[in-house]
Amino acid sequence: MAFYVAQFLTGLASAASLFLVASGLSIIFGVTRIVNFAHGAFYMLGAYVAFTLTEYFSGAFGFWGGIVAAALAVATLGVLVEIVLLRRIYHAPELFQLLATFGLTLMVEDLVVLIWGPSDLLGRRAPGFKGAVDFFGQSLPSYDLFLIVLGPAVLGILWLLFQRTRWGVLVRAATQDRDMVAALGVNQKWLFTSVFAVGVFLAALGGALQIPRDAVNHAMDLRIIVDVFVVVVIGGLGSIFGAFVAAVLVSELNAFGILIFPKISIILVFLVMAVVLIVRPWGLFGKREAPARRTPGLTVNPWRPLTSAERLAVCIALLAAAALPVIGGNYAVTVGSEIAIFVIFAISLHFLMAVGGLASFGHAAYFGLGAYGVAFLAKMAGLPMIACLLLGPLLGCLGAAVFGFFAVQLSGVYFAMLTLAFAQIVWSVAFQWVEVTGGDNGILGVWPERWASSPSHFYWLSLGIAALAAAGLRILVFSPFGFALRAMRDSPLRSEAVGINGKRVQWTAFVISGTVAGVAGALFAYLKGSVFPDNLGIPLSVDALVMVLLGGVETVSGGIVGAIVYKALNIWLVSQTDLSKLVLGGFIVLIVVAFPKGIVGTLEMIRHRHGGGSSEASSETRLMGSRIETAE
Amino acid sequence: MKLSVQGLNSHYGPAHILFDVALEVGEGEVVALLGRNGAGKSTTFRSIVGLVAQRSGRIVFGGRDVSDRPTHEIVRSGLGYVPEERRIFTDLSVEENLEVGRQPQRPNAPYWTCEKLFTLFPNLGEMRHRAGGRMSGGEQQMLTIARTLMGNPSLVLLDEPSEGLSPKIVEQMVAAIQTMKREGVSMIVSEQNLHFARLISDRAYIIERGRICFGGTMAELDARPDIRDAHLSL
Ligand SMILES: Nc1ncnc2c1ncn2[C@@H]1O[C@H](COP(=O)(O)OP(=O)(O)OP(=O)(O)O)[C@@H](O)[C@H]1O
Ligand SMILES: [Mg+2]
Repeated sequence: MAFYVAQFLTGLASAASLFLVASGLSIIFGVTRIVNFAHGAFYMLGAYVAFTLTEYFSGAFGFWGGIVAAALAVATLGVLVEIVLLRRIYHAPELFQLLATFGLTLMVEDLVVLIWGPSDLLGRRAPGFKGAVDFFGQSLPSYDLFLIVLGPAVLGILWLLFQRTRWGVLVRAATQDRDMVAALGVNQKWLFTSVFAVGVFLAALGGALQIPRDAVNHAMDLRIIVDVFVVVVIGGLGSIFGAFVAAVLVSELNAFGILIFPKISIILVFLVMAVVLIVRPWGLFGKREAPARRTPGLTVNPWRPLTSAERLAVCIALLAAAALPVIGGNYAVTVGSEIAIFVIFAISLHFLMAVGGLASFGHAAYFGLGAYGVAFLAKMAGLPMIACLLLGPLLGCLGAAVFGFFAVQLSGVYFAMLTLAFAQIVWSVAFQWVEVTGGDNGILGVWPERWASSPSHFYWLSLGIAALAAAGLRILVFSPFGFALRAMRDSPLRSEAVGINGKRVQWTAFVISGTVAGVAGALFAYLKGSVFPDNLGIPLSVDALVMVLLGGVETVSGGIVGAIVYKALNIWLVSQTDLSKLVLGGFIVLIVVAFPKGIVGTLEMIRHRHGGGSSEASSETRLMGSRIETAE
Repeated sequence: MKLSVQGLNSHYGPAHILFDVALEVGEGEVVALLGRNGAGKSTTFRSIVGLVAQRSGRIVFGGRDVSDRPTHEIVRSGLGYVPEERRIFTDLSVEENLEVGRQPQRPNAPYWTCEKLFTLFPNLGEMRHRAGGRMSGGEQQMLTIARTLMGNPSLVLLDEPSEGLSPKIVEQMVAAIQTMKREGVSMIVSEQNLHFARLISDRAYIIERGRICFGGTMAELDARPDIRDAHLSL
């Protein structure tokens, strides 16, 4: 019995930091409507800065002062980020905001390694809380007891702040109607900045308080952000009390999950999240949101069949691509195969985003599942390559069917957070379930058969499948199913009114998209000859998003162009610099701020500006777009 | 002149809504802005306080050109705005709603406190701690006006204050507006209800499809039944 109580108390202690970070995220979202992906990065920075300060200043005052000073310093950095970056994108679609803050996260990851080095850092123990307390024979670190008290204390302080101060009243008012607050003479800019500062302070404090418990390392940002997303999905985004309850719930589930499923403890959290989503999609204490702002799906140039000249151009481009092995060496052809595979991956996501209006932040899950599917079939069942290529992606299909079912219950940022959390769950399973997946060592020796083993043959295989996938998805766009999907994207209420089963249509699209991603993953496994958990990782999911964004979500060929340019750039970049994350992150931020329409979109805009007639047509469609929005 | 608007043009996306709107309000004056549904009354107000992104023209308030200032600055210089949709903060109590509107005292405008507003709108005083979402339409309308007055404005843009209210509440509203006028608050009141407008205003403008097509005293308007019948649905 005492053991279980001790386990429970350990869970409560872990909840404290989780609550601090999640409440910060919730407060920021409430007012600015931005889901701050960089919140994990601020948490990590809090830990690193606190580590340095507490090493430098000795004594109890040095320690506690260092913790608070670290949180304040990181909050100041947050203010800078808000003023320089976020102010430019408050009115951008939420996908761009998520991506920009993710770009920041990437940059911070490299910067942290640059400043503090790659190895784990062990921080000081908290003065006054160094020992352990005996609890009926179980020993509990006294620092844990401190954290257990701290959580509710912070909840109380936040409550007072929001109920008893003018600032709190303004924030609550702005959470509901920020334009009206401005119309009453409140400077929104500074209100937003102060809210962001408070949110970042909480995240950094959460990180700083972790140093006596855990080693500080440069992967702690992604780990916490996924937990935090799970917490806010369960508790309800925007509710501080919900963040508290859900943080406790998730921490306890983790604490006891370890006892029940030692290898895959995350399953328990997943099950609870699934139940909550079915019963209350907006979270335990959240409010039902008005239909979320649309991700950039409403196309400026509506999808139309290709003209015969364009068809010819596509054929020529394809032939030119097929001629690559004739002119390039083996290295170029292998790079070509990789690009072709990523074209498949990118168009699968582009289909979901542009036609379905659903921006998945965890698309690599289905890519990776396809890869693992092939590896299982080839290594364990010993099936021939053709069979593996046909059946392997079914694992991606299965994953997309299960996760997609829950994900399409939500939309907007909730959809993004949920897909990301699912992907992370799949990643943890692949990482932890060593008996089956090989864990970090992956599965090696997945080589293509003789007929496909030469670089040029494999390239032609990949290119052919890419062409088939692109053609297939295009046919789908113009099918009745495609029309229903677009109708759901543009006005969910009306399409349900005319009898479209919206969730079913979106779910089907999700499954199709996941399966195509699985096909890409299956090819990728053969290209590399191995499968690793990285193939399902968040960075890969974000790569896919960046490809689509780079090409242009609103354009027809965006996925293809984006994948080619991005992948080529990425391969080149990795060979040039060790700081590829820093450069990549900066690049993401730059395209979000400067070229939100992507390559193809920007080219089209330039073309339109020069040809008078077509620009008129597009302004007409824009007018229609605004009509649709007002009508809803 | 308290407020002078000249050559105001506004667009929503590609749609041109206001065409060279011009109006003036004198110190302590109450002016009615009359027009049918969709004539552009609300858009005029929203443009004056800077809530319409695409607008051009010259807006001089209290001798200062505020055409390019952001909304909160315009409002802080003493120009209050009461939106048609009321936009009460439903989660906040009556007192908290008033707190959001509170601004420092201003030398050239009447000074309002919660207590003073509760005498102006006695209903509100009886429900200080009630959440805005649990009030009747009439009570919400009073709360929006009171909330704006907490900013101690010298001029208030009141968008259709009588809309959807029962005759009894409308009477209270007339009384409240008259008190505000006596205290020295200038106002532009947009209305479709000519009877209501006549009770409170000195002058009137008529707007039709985004253009001002009449401006004059109430007596002058009464002398032109043709204009009245052509542009107002009575
Ligand atoms: N957000 C918007 N986007 C596009 N058009 C708009 C928008 N708001 C208003 N309009 C259009 O602008 C015109 C003027 O509208 P406005 O709300 O100013 O009229 P109003 O005189 O206040 O009408 P009412 O008496 O119904 O309140 C109308 O034709 C309306 O359709
Ligand atoms: Mg109106």
